[in-house]
Parts: sequence; structure tokens; C-alpha cells
Amino acid sequence: MTSITAASAPARARRRVGVSRRQWVGLLYVLPAVALVTVFFVIPLGMTAWMSLNNWPLMGEHAFIGLDNYFAILRDNRFWNALKFTAYYTVVVTIAIFAVAFPLAIFIERPRPLTNLYRTAFFMPAVVGFASASLLWSWLLNVDSGLFSPAAFDLGLTEKKVNLLATFQPAFWSIIAMVVWKVAGFTMIILMTGLQSIPQDLQEAAVIDGAGPFARFRAITLPLMRRTLALALILSVAGSILAFDQFYIILRGGPRNQTLTAVYWIFNQSFVSFKLGYGAALSMVLLVILVALSLIQLWLLRKPEGLD
Amino acid sequence: MAEAMSQNRKAAFSLARHSTGMIASVLFLAPIVWTVLSTFKPAQEARQPPLPPWPTTGFSVENYQTLNTFGDGLWASAQNSIYVSVMTVLLSVLVSVLAGYGFSRFRFPFRDFFFVLILSTIMIPFQSILTPIFLVLTRLGLHNTLTGLVCVYVTLQLPFSIFMMRNAFDAVPREIEEAARMDGANNVTMLVKVMLPLVWPGVVTIALFAFLGAWNEFLAALVLMTDQSKFTLPVMMTALQSGRFGAIDWGAVQAGVTVMMVPCLILFLALQRFYIRGLMAGAVK
Repeated sequence: MTSITAASAPARARRRVGVSRRQWVGLLYVLPAVALVTVFFVIPLGMTAWMSLNNWPLMGEHAFIGLDNYFAILRDNRFWNALKFTAYYTVVVTIAIFAVAFPLAIFIERPRPLTNLYRTAFFMPAVVGFASASLLWSWLLNVDSGLFSPAAFDLGLTEKKVNLLATFQPAFWSIIAMVVWKVAGFTMIILMTGLQSIPQDLQEAAVIDGAGPFARFRAITLPLMRRTLALALILSVAGSILAFDQFYIILRGGPRNQTLTAVYWIFNQSFVSFKLGYGAALSMVLLVILVALSLIQLWLLRKPEGLD
Repeated sequence: MAEAMSQNRKAAFSLARHSTGMIASVLFLAPIVWTVLSTFKPAQEARQPPLPPWPTTGFSVENYQTLNTFGDGLWASAQNSIYVSVMTVLLSVLVSVLAGYGFSRFRFPFRDFFFVLILSTIMIPFQSILTPIFLVLTRLGLHNTLTGLVCVYVTLQLPFSIFMMRNAFDAVPREIEEAARMDGANNVTMLVKVMLPLVWPGVVTIALFAFLGAWNEFLAALVLMTDQSKFTLPVMMTALQSGRFGAIDWGAVQAGVTVMMVPCLILFLALQRFYIRGLMAGAVK
């Protein structure tokens, strides 16, 4: 695509100098954006790759060490544990989000009385930031001043106030509950757009042909929603792989460092231990995973053949 | 008889639908409402579990007042957050309107290359390039400054907002421009006087997303702002919640969370149409 533009522009320039100069002005319009992306994205990206090949402390000289950081990663059990935990969290939270968001999307898909009100209510937590939501839930989950443990105790469900954040299972599922509460509305809206794009007469024709609700869902809804489903899925997976705020704010990676995510581990290595070169190598691993995911996304979101 | 049956079934269906909707709505809204109500308890009561959520020993704004006594105070962090968010909105709108117009209306060398370059940054998680961003800011003398944070936030907004603005400009018929050019309008007057009023909804959408993004961002602010006087609200409140200022004052945490949530909720309710529009544009692309 680039080569075509580059080749055709001079050809036009020879023909009509005036027009061409007017077209060149466009470069001035996009220049600020290109400059920002270059300075704050492209250069840092190149630096990450370069730093990952160096021993790079915060203070003092850095030294080129080739692939040693990457060999160190292979031996870094705690990073692999963090990656394993991130993968586990991603799978669980994505399933949980879809299990809540899909029924909600079907519920609010068609305009009926009060639908707009429900839609807005379900969506409200999605506009609150992850940090605010985490702070809010860290209070609700607190054993002394919070809501859940004291309420369970007052209702006689538990014999004493249980600290939900002290052991892995309750802490993990509390985070899942918080994330589902915050994100389900967002996924719901995306799924709703997919549902609404399915022609109504297709469903009606299937009803006349005697298809039940389940058969219609499988034969019509799911296939026609492929691109929307893929998008919602990828957004959820990418967001979960990069999870940090909730684990940092609510759990500080605990109990016993069991909820350190990949980004959390990179943060620790880079900005707590100040091993910048090693942090960069870890970042490259994360980056490759996310880019691979984006390529899968582009493939899943490709327009159906014959259309477009 | 049959008609009465179907009437009954309709009523039953409607009842089931609305009770489901109401229960689900309450579940989604409860944590927010619970927090906002609890902030108005006196400090003593706010330390107890929030049962019931509303103040029982008198209405008070004590929690909001104590917030101002931690570190440089809530108001200082709120000012930082407001500054960063407003500057991010202004700059990202300015840069994306110019770029959107440039990409939509001009054919210049490397146009497609630059467009793909900007859009493809969305594939790379910024979390993985934070360390070099830190070093770049230091080199530019923007280390530990709110301006530096604004530059990072604007860059993160660009792929979405330039995509939005280019589509918005693409949708404006060329005849309008040609007519204006006949009347002697140059490029800049054309953009400001003729085009901008037509792409206004797109501008509101990208401004809204830029504000929410900057207001809520946590990790970059945590890493890049090392001086407490530069903390934005999320970083400040996390420091408070981690016990950095002594025993954790949960009443103050709730008050801080409320200050962080309310602007987002109000903006969303006021501009819901534009928010959903942005989401659709992202979803349909």
C-alpha cells in the first residue's frame, strides 16, 4: 500500500505542481501526531528491544550482555508462575464475564419499556476506573470495616468474621467478582451490537420452520455474531493478560505472592528492584504474546469472503 | 377465554422481566450507592461496617475534610488530576482533528504508512514500554512533570481518536469543501469554519474518551510520578489506602473513591449517546 502511494505521488507532481504542493500540506497536519507517536511509542519500543540485551541498572553504566537476560528468564520460576497465574485468571475471568454479559445483552437487545434504564444501570460500573473500583472493593472486602465479612457474620452465616483476602481461593474469587461487576456492562454493549445486526426476518423464518430457541441460537445467532464475539473475546483476553490495578491495589500480589500477574512482575523487576534491562526482556516476552493475540484477532475479524 | 390466558401470560412475562431487570440493576448499582452514602457518616461511624449504608449518627462531611490533611491533601491531587485530564483532552483533540483532516483530505507521500503506524500502536501494550518512556521523559527534562504524563496519555489516545476523526472527515461530502473553496476559504478557515461544525459529534466522543482515560489511568501515573506533590487521584488514594499515612482511614478512602467516581458517572450520563457511539465505532471497525 505504501509503495503505491510513494510511487504515484511524484508522477502526479510532474503533471500538476500546484495541486501537488497543496497535497503536501497534509503532511503538516499529521506531523504533530506522527511526532508524538515516534517520541513516545516507536523510540521507546526500540529502546525496550535494545535494553533487553543489556545489563541496565538505574544508576551507573549499562553493559551489553547479549541474550543473557532471556536465558535468565528461562530460569526465573517466579516469572513463569506469574505467567501461569495470569493465564489462569484470564481464562476464569473471561468465562465469568461472558456468562454474565451474554444473558444481559439478550435481555436489553430489543427496545421494550425501561430497557434504556436497565442498560444504563448495568453499564455504570464500566465508566468507573479500575483503580477507583479496586479501592472501592478493597473497602467492601475489608475484614473489619468492610461489608461482606461483617454482613455474613451478622446474618449468622459464619462463626467469626472471615478475612476474605487472607487465603488464595476467597481472595481470587473476590477479584473475579469485582472484575465481572466492573466489565460485564462493557462486554454486554459490544455483544448487543452483534445481536442487533442479525436480521429479524431470519429468526422469524427459523421459527416458521419449527426451530426451537436453542437451535436458533446455535444455527443463527452464534455464526452471525462471529466477528462481534471474536472482538469481545479478544478485548477481554488482552485486558486480562495486562491486569495490574486490581491485584496491586486490593491484594498487593498476596496472599504469599500467589496473585502476582505478568505486568505486576515486570513492574516489580523494573521499578522496585530497578533491573531495567531484565524488565525490558520480560516486557518483550509480554509484547510478543500480545502481538500474537492481535494477529489472531485480525484473522478472526476478517470480513467474510465475498462481502466488503 | 383464550384471550384472557394470553393476557395473563403477557403480564407474567412482563413481571418476570422487570423483576429480573430491577434485581440486576440493584446489584450493579449497589457498590456505588453504598460507598457514596457511607461517605456522609461521621468519621467514628465510618470505621464500622456499613450496615446500614446510610449515616445513622448524623450527617457529616468530616471524611471529605480529613482527606485534605493527608500529604499535600486531596485538593492538590485533585488539581493534578484535573490538569492532566483537561490538558489530555485539549491536546488529543487538537492533534487528532488536525491528523484526521490531513489523512482524510490530502494525498501525500507515506500517508498510508503513517496511518498504519499510528493505528498499529494499539497492538503494543504500553505496559511493556514504560521503562523507556521513563528514560525518554528524563532526557526531555519532563521527568516527574504533569506535562510529561499528558504527553504519554495523548499518545495512548491517538490510535482511537485519529481513527474516529478520519472517519468523521471522510463522511463530509467533498462538494461542501469545493463550494467553500470557491468562496476563497483557505485550508485553515476551511477546517475551523466549515468542517469542524460538521464533525462536532466525533470531537465530543474523542474528548470524552480522552478525559475518562486520563482521569482513571493508574500504572503510568504510579511509575512516572515519583514526587508526592505530583500524584494524581488514583495514585494518591492508593498511597492512603496502603497505610502510607498511618492507620487506614476507610471513611477517607470512601470519600476519595467518590471524588474519583462522580465526574465519570456525571459525564457518562450527560454524554451517553457519544460514549456508545465511540464504542460502536470501535466495535464495528
